[in-house]
Amino acid sequence: MPNMSMIEAIRDALDVAMGADERVVVFGEDVGYFGGVFRVTAGLQRKYGKTRCFDAPINESGIVGAGIGMAVYGLRPVVEIQFADYVYPGYDQIVSEAARIRYRTAGEFTCPMVIRMPSGGGIFGGQTHSQSPEALFTHVTGLKTVVPSNPYDAKGLLLAAIADPDPVIFFEPKRLYNGPFDGHHDRPVASWKGHDLAEVPEGAYQVPLGRAVIRRFGKAATVLTYGTMVHVALAAAEESGIDAEVIDLRSLMPLDLETITASVKKTGRCLVLHEATLTSGFGAELAAQVQAECFFQLEAPVRRVAGWDTPYPHVHEWSYFPGPARVAEALRELVEEV
Amino acid sequence: MGETRQEEFPPLGLNVPEPEVRPGGQPDFSKVQIPKAGSVRRPPVEVDPEEIRDLAFTIIRVLNRDGQAVGPWAEGLALEDEELLKGLRDMMTLRAYDARMLMAQRQQKTSFYMQHLGEEAISCAFPLALRQGDMNFPTYRQAGLLIAAGYPLSTMMNQVYSNEKDPLKGRQMPVLYSTKEFGFFSISGNLATQYIQAVGWAMASAISRDRKISAAWIGDGSTAESDFHAALVFASTYKAPVILNIVNNQWAISTFQGIARGGAGTFAARGLGFGIPALRVDGNDYLAVCAVARWAAERARRNLGPTLIEYVTYRAGGHSTSDDPSAYRPAEESAAWPLGDPILRFKNYLIGRGIWSEDRHAQAEAQIMAEVTQTQKEAEAIGTLHQGHHPSPRDMFEDVYAEMPPHLLRQRHEAGF
Ligand SMILES: Cc1ncc(C[n+]2csc(CCOP(=O)(O)OP(=O)(O)O)c2C)c(N)n1
Repeated sequence: MPNMSMIEAIRDALDVAMGADERVVVFGEDVGYFGGVFRVTAGLQRKYGKTRCFDAPINESGIVGAGIGMAVYGLRPVVEIQFADYVYPGYDQIVSEAARIRYRTAGEFTCPMVIRMPSGGGIFGGQTHSQSPEALFTHVTGLKTVVPSNPYDAKGLLLAAIADPDPVIFFEPKRLYNGPFDGHHDRPVASWKGHDLAEVPEGAYQVPLGRAVIRRFGKAATVLTYGTMVHVALAAAEESGIDAEVIDLRSLMPLDLETITASVKKTGRCLVLHEATLTSGFGAELAAQVQAECFFQLEAPVRRVAGWDTPYPHVHEWSYFPGPARVAEALRELVEEV
Repeated sequence: MGETRQEEFPPLGLNVPEPEVRPGGQPDFSKVQIPKAGSVRRPPVEVDPEEIRDLAFTIIRVLNRDGQAVGPWAEGLALEDEELLKGLRDMMTLRAYDARMLMAQRQQKTSFYMQHLGEEAISCAFPLALRQGDMNFPTYRQAGLLIAAGYPLSTMMNQVYSNEKDPLKGRQMPVLYSTKEFGFFSISGNLATQYIQAVGWAMASAISRDRKISAAWIGDGSTAESDFHAALVFASTYKAPVILNIVNNQWAISTFQGIARGGAGTFAARGLGFGIPALRVDGNDYLAVCAVARWAAERARRNLGPTLIEYVTYRAGGHSTSDDPSAYRPAEESAAWPLGDPILRFKNYLIGRGIWSEDRHAQAEAQIMAEVTQTQKEAEAIGTLHQGHHPSPRDMFEDVYAEMPPHLLRQRHEAGF
């Protein structure tokens, strides 16, 4: 089985989808000739021609809106927003249009499209290249929201997203594009090479939307997380020696409540972890759901660890987002609480 | 470098455009330049857009004051008598439908309504340029597209009443119709969003090497939205087979068209900077609308790219049932509108042509109103907003996703369905 980085896995997913279905078209800023600023779409234009993979004007509302028109026509557009931080000019098209077309037409028109965007920090992108705006999308009914944490899932989830009959927001944690991350800035960047989650099967396979996966089994506490923070949670569990169960949600909407509640009912303690700012973040939703479903099994209040409620500071990245030390400390407090 | 000394000039002041006249004043359209019918040339469709920049500043007209169809845009229209009479009937039906639905709103049978008074020619004539499979991305004043295409009036009424037979299951505000079969994409309450979507649809048709074209619709006020400009960028970049329609009815609720346009040029001229051929046409002239729409459609079908059309018209009614136009414009303004009433003008043309008469017109008017009223009774027997049969609230949870996810299923049970 080939070993791939997340970038290669996503590119492979696009390649597989475009090869299998003529309706799949890929466009966005710089994605055609050059292959995108992260090179995710490199080679696709050469292989599939410039009417199936092409550059778009710098106009996010236009990119999403044109994608909607194509989806309504019957194509399967996969559009790239260069950074999640730049999705806001296209937000109205996503929220008011893509998300609602099926509903407002009672199913007569549908909008099967994927909106991909690199998200998250950890690459010194400053406050306009580091955001994790997933909560702005999970709040919108009619959208599905996905965040992979490794190459295997990235390919399988993207293929599932492309096949999905509804619009899917696909966040690509860019800190994971080239290798896993354990939250330690002072260590050399790890590569996906040799990582078993970078063993990516050739051809088509899907990781179903709406299913979480347990990355580490444990009895003392459950950590609910996704994307880059999966790796931070794993590092924190290892380094602290706390017997934590780490759940990688993968898909935030729909959410795999079953896996979540089964784990929390077992451990009795829950830590919610994400990179996005704390207040009104997706963690609030997770905490509310866990509280509602597992109240009588909880032995301590649900805890949240998240990015501070500030924009992403350029030089202080490692103090901004929750690294293994913060997570380990929160875990310790959580398991010690009586 | 020379130093600018601002003190040499008076202090700055903001320009806020104002219409010529406000309530109490004399309506004045003397600044609207109206060329004679038949006087504007008709270029070949493969013309270089650079050569027809002037067409974005004039008004293409076919029907003259004497009710004759004249000039190069009239030639080659070749509409059969039957088609002409249908055109008149479509416009009359739309007007009768509007009158009944406006009344129904006043009687609180529905929450809201928007009429087309004075703008009937545009949406009724445009479909003559379309074929089965083409797609309109309309805004809310194009119901004529449906009527001319033969969409059942009863279904439109059911939508307005949100009753049990509303194909949209009572989810959309009145008049925000949707039907794939009749080439009418769902209307959004968010202005201008459809404009770029129409371009995307047309791009998809081209990508698929299909033969279908799309038509985008927008009002003069909404051209200020970013999505209008996004659409122009995409349409010109990819030479999408799309007709970009702007209905300039002079008013955006209470805001006169100069606020969206500024002092310069015309709405059609917005296309020029993009290299998109742009035409201005008399929107109250059924034949001119048809001729220009066909010219644009032919360009699109021959893969020559987009065309921008500004329809110069006047919104004779209120903006919607929530609007009182007498608060912001003189009551006589609509009567003073120099391009006349589209139905009256077309009627006179048909009479002049010898296929219609005042008597037949009066008869038709009565008959159409009777039919519309009868259809209305049938729709009302099914239900109106506050009475009769409505879609099941159970439906409320459907169509959010193709498959209902567990959390929605839970909420539906919780709601008791
Ligand atoms: C994005 C957005 N902003 C504001 C509104 C409220 N609104 C509804 S209609 C309208 C005026 C539109 O005028 P115009 O485009 O000229 O069309 P007309 O009503 O004259 O046909 C406004 C401001 C809206 N529906 N959507």
